[in-house]
Amino acid sequence: MNRRARGLRAWLWQRLSAVYLLAYTLFVAAACAIAPPASYDAWRAWMADPFVGLATALFFGALLLHAWVGMRDVIIDYAGALSLRLALLAVTALVLAGAGLWVLQALYSLHGR
Amino acid sequence: MTAPNAKRPVFLTLTRIHFPVMAILSLGHRLSGVLLVLSIPLLAYLFDRSLADARGYAEVVALSRDAGARVGLLLLVWAFAHHVLAGVRFLLIDLDIGVTLRGARASAWAVLAGGVAAMLGAALLLP
Repeated sequence: MNRRARGLRAWLWQRLSAVYLLAYTLFVAAACAIAPPASYDAWRAWMADPFVGLATALFFGALLLHAWVGMRDVIIDYAGALSLRLALLAVTALVLAGAGLWVLQALYSLHGR
Repeated sequence: MTAPNAKRPVFLTLTRIHFPVMAILSLGHRLSGVLLVLSIPLLAYLFDRSLADARGYAEVVALSRDAGARVGLLLLVWAFAHHVLAGVRFLLIDLDIGVTLRGARASAWAVLAGGVAAMLGAALLLP
């Protein structure tokens, strides 16, 4: 994709991730409506299931991507000064990356023991 | 780059813009989005804590019943419901569904009401 279509790519990722976020949310809501994990062991076993774990990891990946595109739009619109803009973008990227690694570690640790 | 109108606003000066209902919905979409992003580290923490051991799980369950946390949770329920409903509305508009002025106004009101209704529903239904 060329330079002029970069905005279009972000726009497309924003929508693709939105559709997955909604699908995963409906999946979890349906699972909780049918049989909510009522104890620690049930919750842990559910998240340790490869399908649920993978879907959840993908959810957080899509969430971070969606959050990044959205925050970038908001920051570019309202933060006029370049230094402020770069600082806010850097903090956002760091916080999102940190949260992503944290979640991955939590999911991974279910299989390490 | 040519500048056909040198006086055009370069950045969005919120106090100088008139807000129709679609603009309020759109602003709410941004506001709720930022709020949800700010809650991501908290979500990561609670997710990690709830999976770490039985005590962490019990802590997270107890927190969800705490009155102060409940207020924050209801705010996030509004943010989530508003963001999802407004997002679905935008996706439908991308597909040329609801693009008339009347339809867009009506759906904007429906989204605003839906977000508040979800929060009130959660306030009544949460155990």
